[in-house]
Amino acid sequence: MSVEQQGQPLSAEDDVIIIKELNKWYGSFHVLKDINLNVKRGEKIVICGPSGSGKSTMIRCINRLEEFQRGSLIVNGVEMIEDVKNIEAIRREVGMVFQHFNLFPHLTILENLTLGPIWVQKKPKEEAEATAMKYLERVKIPDQANKFPGQLSGGQQQRVAIARSLCMSPQIMLFDEPTSALDPEMIKEVLDVMVELADEGMTMLCVTHEMGFAKKVADRVIFMDGGEIVEQNTPHEFFDNPETDRLQLFLSQILEH
Amino acid sequence: MSKEHMPEVRPVKSGSFFNNPRNRALIYQAILLFGLGFFFYTIVSNALSNMEARGIKSGFGFLFTTSGFDILMSLVDYSATDTYGRTFLVGLLNTILVSIIGIFLATIVGFLMGVAYFSPNWLIKRLSIVYVETFRNIPLLLQVFFWYFAVLAALPDVRDSISFGESVFLNVRGLFFPEIIDEAGSGFVYAALAAAIVAIIVLRKWAHKRQDETGDQFPVFLTSIGILIGLPLLALIVSGNPFHLEYPEASRFNIRGGISVIPELMALTLALTVYTGAFIAEAVRAGVQSVPHGQTEAARSIGLKESRIMSLIVVPQAMRVIVPLLNSEYQSLVKNSTLATAIGYPDLFTVFVGTSLNQTGQAIEIVFMTMAVYFVINMTISFLMNRVNDSVALAERK
Repeated sequence: MSVEQQGQPLSAEDDVIIIKELNKWYGSFHVLKDINLNVKRGEKIVICGPSGSGKSTMIRCINRLEEFQRGSLIVNGVEMIEDVKNIEAIRREVGMVFQHFNLFPHLTILENLTLGPIWVQKKPKEEAEATAMKYLERVKIPDQANKFPGQLSGGQQQRVAIARSLCMSPQIMLFDEPTSALDPEMIKEVLDVMVELADEGMTMLCVTHEMGFAKKVADRVIFMDGGEIVEQNTPHEFFDNPETDRLQLFLSQILEH
Repeated sequence: MSKEHMPEVRPVKSGSFFNNPRNRALIYQAILLFGLGFFFYTIVSNALSNMEARGIKSGFGFLFTTSGFDILMSLVDYSATDTYGRTFLVGLLNTILVSIIGIFLATIVGFLMGVAYFSPNWLIKRLSIVYVETFRNIPLLLQVFFWYFAVLAALPDVRDSISFGESVFLNVRGLFFPEIIDEAGSGFVYAALAAAIVAIIVLRKWAHKRQDETGDQFPVFLTSIGILIGLPLLALIVSGNPFHLEYPEASRFNIRGGISVIPELMALTLALTVYTGAFIAEAVRAGVQSVPHGQTEAARSIGLKESRIMSLIVVPQAMRVIVPLLNSEYQSLVKNSTLATAIGYPDLFTVFVGTSLNQTGQAIEIVFMTMAVYFVINMTISFLMNRVNDSVALAERK
């Protein structure tokens, strides 16, 4: 079922994320069941599935916003262990974009972007601001730099959130339903930025129901249900020849309207 | 659309002066103003003529006459031969004293207990909940009596004082501790203390500037503590300790010397601190909880340390909620300090509205003067807290 990128030989070093036998429980509720997933550098993965299937929980395990009880996780060659320094090191490599943007409302857009570079990467303010402006231009809102998040539209806020992650020059980007909280006319401006990022070769894991986006950029689409990875395939095979009944049912539900 | 289909426009107009909304508003205002003016004129003139009929003097001349009564505790020299004006000053200072100590301690207790609520430690969290729920739900007057009659009155007699190293004594008459007396050369140590404060301000600026320029961080907080303790300590040693301590000396029936805190002040301070601290703890809890969890997660996802998440993300946002609540808690504390009168602590209310009013009968002057004092104190607190609020307020406009 694994998908080979054309012309590139597979080797362990190419796997930037290695998830083995990952299990997580909330009390007695088994949220993630034996998750196995290898992600190659530069690979774009779209994860979908019904609500409560564990897809958000799984990607939140990758930067340790969620703990897991069993299994192992290696991110960019660093194994996730119970150690504050280790967790901080992994988080520096992994950027994350949230459904509700989670910009810091008491800081300006520019301050939102420079906070990480200044306090985590210990960069001089001027350098951090130059980097921030570069990324604000990439997401096409350099003119909003001195405004506060509350003064921006949802689509603009989400683009700022993407820029905030990029300022930390992450190896991997996680997107947790980045367009679900947006008004329909703003979804495109965010997806455009994500497509551009994909074209530049960023490793991306994206939980989304934007199937157009999946078909356009994904190397692999993963279907999760009941805490398991039920099916994964190239977008073409995934949408045209779903193997399992569960995926067929799911696709018929989301593609109907 | 053709002209024939236009609906007919027909203004309804009385043309009367009184039907103009703006004129109406003005007329109502004028009537209300006249009514209020007449109301107060009646009250004041009535009161004045009644007082005259009963032979009660009015005016502020009484402030310059001898009061003839002693006061339990005063921060300035005072005796029974002093004037009512002096009585007013003594009461005012005692009110300010208990308010400042109360606000200071309640803030510390409140913040500690408020933060304790978020402790992962089960026992500490329970302690915070039990503390808040207990002291918030019992009348303050009852708590004042509790500390005064149940706790402090149960302390031993002078001869059986609880002593800490023969220098601090606690007994039914209060708390006694050594007084620090300056000797020649003490100015040097105070100068060192002032220099330390200046050095910390300079250090903060320097560290901030250096971080902007090079990105290097400097442990400002720990260094500041080091300077604050180290510099005066060094001065103390170099100048050969230019202070001496005057210890309280216990005899059989009394303790002399040193600084003494009367039990009335202790009880009132304890009650105000514990009571207001419970409300401040709630304010702190509300403030921290008002910051959405997504904020912490976003900060974690960019790799910030937990302590930095606290200081850069959570606290600045929580303060927006906490500061306005603190303002009203501080004001309540000052107003509640008038409960002093129940246990005889000589605050402004007790010595002025209590004893002085009783002796002179000049109710209007005394009550209004006292009202003005509490009003001014609380407006000052409001003013200061609003300045604090401006510095933590969100610049964002939603």
